[in-house]
Amino acid sequence: MTATITLPEKVEMKKTREGFGRALVALGEQDPRIVVLVGDLSESTMVHFFAEKFPERFIQVGVAEQNMCGIAAGLAAMGKIPFFSTYGAFASCRAADQIRVTVAYTNLNVKIAGAHGGISVGPDGATHQAMEEISIIRSIPNMSMIVPCDYWETYKATLAAAKHVGPVYIRFGREDVPVVTGEHTPFAFGRGEVFAEGRDLTLIACGVMVYEALRARETLATLGISARVVDLHTVKPIDRELIARSARETGAIVTAEEHQVNGGLGGAVAEVVVQQSPVPMELVAVQDRFGQSGKPAELMDAFGLRAKDIVVAAQKVMERKRARG
Amino acid sequence: MSSAAPGAAELEAAHRSGRLEWPVERLTAKALDIRRDIVTLLSKSQTGHSGGPLSCADFGTALFFHELNIDPANPRWPERDYWHFSIGHVTPVIYSLMAERGYFPLRDLMKFRTFEGHAQGHPSAHDTPGIEVSAGSLGQGLSVCNGVAMGARIDHHPRRIYCVMGDGEQQEGQIWEAAMFAAHYRLDHLCGIIDYNHKQIDGDVEDIMGVKPLADKWRSFNWNVIECDGHDIPGILRSFAAARAHGGRPSVIIADTVMGRGVSYMADDYRWHGKPPKPDQAETALQELGTSYAEWSARLLAH
Ligand SMILES: Cc1ncc(C[n+]2csc(CCOP(=O)(O)OP(=O)(O)O)c2C)c(N)n1
Repeated sequence: MTATITLPEKVEMKKTREGFGRALVALGEQDPRIVVLVGDLSESTMVHFFAEKFPERFIQVGVAEQNMCGIAAGLAAMGKIPFFSTYGAFASCRAADQIRVTVAYTNLNVKIAGAHGGISVGPDGATHQAMEEISIIRSIPNMSMIVPCDYWETYKATLAAAKHVGPVYIRFGREDVPVVTGEHTPFAFGRGEVFAEGRDLTLIACGVMVYEALRARETLATLGISARVVDLHTVKPIDRELIARSARETGAIVTAEEHQVNGGLGGAVAEVVVQQSPVPMELVAVQDRFGQSGKPAELMDAFGLRAKDIVVAAQKVMERKRARG
Repeated sequence: MSSAAPGAAELEAAHRSGRLEWPVERLTAKALDIRRDIVTLLSKSQTGHSGGPLSCADFGTALFFHELNIDPANPRWPERDYWHFSIGHVTPVIYSLMAERGYFPLRDLMKFRTFEGHAQGHPSAHDTPGIEVSAGSLGQGLSVCNGVAMGARIDHHPRRIYCVMGDGEQQEGQIWEAAMFAAHYRLDHLCGIIDYNHKQIDGDVEDIMGVKPLADKWRSFNWNVIECDGHDIPGILRSFAAARAHGGRPSVIIADTVMGRGVSYMADDYRWHGKPPKPDQAETALQELGTSYAEWSARLLAH
């Protein structure tokens, strides 16, 4: 099924983390097994909505991410569905060993919510701009990972994570970002969504870069290039079938992510492409460097994470496609 | 209005000894300047933390202008003491102390957290001269200081090491791994300072994840524990002296402080942990601190 998303000139802006916070409340109402943990970041991660509604199922752990991960594991071992939340930098890096051995190796039903992913975290600077989570989390067996693109998709991803049995990491951001999907846009865990059709190449994106890809598609159209846009929200398990089909049908791929280039979405897509249907690829991502302080918008510009950067990559990949004949 | 900058002769002497050893009155005046800097730079940046930086201002001033053996003009001076803020989020006070002490121009404070400036949201060794190890992920600093202290011991170097921690930060397990290590190796040239302001992001420390009895915890880890009023400069100086004099064990100064100290509407209110004052709020704060935004920003930009 194709959703076919056309963007209005002015797009509504909303926080992805709010989608997470609101979905937790809906989940809490539906399922008494839902328990939420936080490491002294209730409002930043927006679990305060849940805390107000279900104080008896809300656990404040303090500044102790490793401990929090272990507590979530114990809750899961007893049949609860725990969501633990902190900034992505600390969820994915500080608790990495606990995630790997206690949670993933045991295959416990723990849900990890990593807020403040990406360079768009802004003035806090490099320490708080998580840009390694995809590489870290997807390399751990049994882990699943979702990188939703906007408010509604984060909402649905949170519900889907609760439904999926097994450990899931959800990555979302800090800022208001364009709302590109709606309440009824299709979303299925583990499946990419074609947001716009195209013949000449495929833009595969996750997170806020889905919006940038849709904008890039508009520019490419004016240049006579027809681009398919795929929202690959589930980074793991990855939609191999859709990636291989897009490679076959369009013959070139550009990936886009607000994340390090090493081992991220681009790498995950490339792993499928090289094995199933090799075509020219370009990877739009952060080029192996730490972030820095600045305004979110100026950082997105400076780190090459804009529609115009996707357009440049698309032109490059088209040249290579043509050279191959 | 501001306390006088160190004179040339004094700076020269300080280069030799590396310690300013300022008297109480001068430290008191400088701590006021530091608070004015903090409010002014936050008003300009409109992003960053207010509460913790203000609670650290008095012992921070005593540390930089009395205690530490450093040469800001030569941040890697081999004879230097090592200082480290494990609570990386308190950059407004770290950078104010650094700039007032001469590590970099005061005007750099006005570029806090901007794309153009070096003063990153959290301390970056890559960007700011004098920051030796980057920080911002809580709980890691005392381990770094342990390493510096062991290195000094291996080299028979007389360096002293100072590590500033938060009270919420005490909830991180790594703090206690490091505490065990320092006592095990009898790192008596290491001095921890805890900004015991009783607040963290989500509320009162005792409500979030109690750390009491904090002094007893450190005592039971075999540290020399010194408790003081973290806003009483004579008491802080006595605590530093006691830490220096104590042999055989690492010392920790538990500095009882008030989050947001010095600005009436911020004092003791956890909601000021991580946000800056709006420009009109900053003006009120600066009036309380005996200056104005116009006056103080002009002072910063002139240097
Ligand atoms: C490992 C880690 N977890 C979470 C955070 C987010 N964080 C920054 S400051 C803070 C509260 C720290 O409390 P405290 O040490 O009391 O500092 P204060 O509130 O007094 O400034 C938290 C949770 C962080 N920087 N690092």
